[in-house]
Amino acid sequence: MARPLNVSVVSADQQIWAGEASMVVAKTVEGEIGILAGHEPMLAILAAGEVRVNATSGERLVARADDGFLSVENDTVTIVARDAELIK
Amino acid sequence: MGAQLRVYRSRIKSAQTTKKITRAMELISASRIQKAQQRVAASAPYSRAITRAVSAVATYSNVDHPLTSEREKLDTAAVVIFTSDRGLAGAFSSSILKEAEQLAELLRSEGKNVVFYLVGRKAVGYFSFRKRASVKAWTGGTDQPQFDTAKEIADAVVEAYNLDDQEGGVDEIHLVYNRFVSMVSQVPEVVRLLPLEIVEGEAPVEPSNEVYPLYEFEPDAATVLDALLPIYVESRIFNAMLQSAAAEHAARQKAMKSASDNADNLIRDFTRLANNARQSEITQQISEIVGGADALASAK
Repeated sequence: MARPLNVSVVSADQQIWAGEASMVVAKTVEGEIGILAGHEPMLAILAAGEVRVNATSGERLVARADDGFLSVENDTVTIVARDAELIK
Repeated sequence: MGAQLRVYRSRIKSAQTTKKITRAMELISASRIQKAQQRVAASAPYSRAITRAVSAVATYSNVDHPLTSEREKLDTAAVVIFTSDRGLAGAFSSSILKEAEQLAELLRSEGKNVVFYLVGRKAVGYFSFRKRASVKAWTGGTDQPQFDTAKEIADAVVEAYNLDDQEGGVDEIHLVYNRFVSMVSQVPEVVRLLPLEIVEGEAPVEPSNEVYPLYEFEPDAATVLDALLPIYVESRIFNAMLQSAAAEHAARQKAMKSASDNADNLIRDFTRLANNARQSEITQQISEIVGGADALASAK
């Protein structure tokens, strides 16, 4: 794993989490998607469900992000949802 | 105690009591500005992310969305006015209302009907006093805006925007709110929200010559835009509310500070007058005593 992903999880009133991660797994309206470094730019609508982030620190985060969207560009992943929250 | 002296003393007392109140309000506002500013800053990543995403979709797809396309005939314009719930904030609400009136005047001169959406008790009071109609009003919580309120407002205006003219729909939506520039300066800001002109929420807007990467859309550009635009509208309205809240606290702090200073001046002036009155009273009493003693002595 050469490059890490810059991940931020953002809700309407604050940034919930930001950091580096090796992989992000999210559930979009079309199905589950796993994002690694070097993924092509993408904008996707998230379906109800969890977003899992494997941080480079070894931490594993699970966030709830209903009615949100996900954008990927240049190894930067932004998960945006009105009321996103970390489950653990 | 002479009558004059008593009058001065009571005026000093009342100025002191008022000063205590205004001083307390000044301190409360000062501490709340910090919090309000932090909330503006904390919501920035969200609006930035959404603005970026919307710009990206708008740039790289030729999707015609009702929310972005200019209509041929603009008949009705909606104006959303963000004031405060409470007064004692200087010209905060009145400057916004004045700005809104000017905007309405301008829109009317372009041949449009103007309808109003009101936020804050001051705007509602202004309209009901003049017996003017508004479509919808939200009161309460302007000093600590909640996202749910922003969502309600957004839902209401987007719904009106999507309606036909005959059913009371609108073709344009403008926001009028106070933008927080600094502790001493809050500027009334007029923004046309719909049809969309995509701008960054934070001022100043740097010219964006950044090229957005070619995105892949999931499921497709139209659906993504469909989902994003209402969120974008919400975030713009929420941003306006947060700005307005921060500006309200700053305006109140400034107004209360000058009120406290004025009270200080009043107290000083009246203390001088009271001292004068007391002194002349004493002088008079002495001369009365001396005069009396003289009269007794010469009577013997």
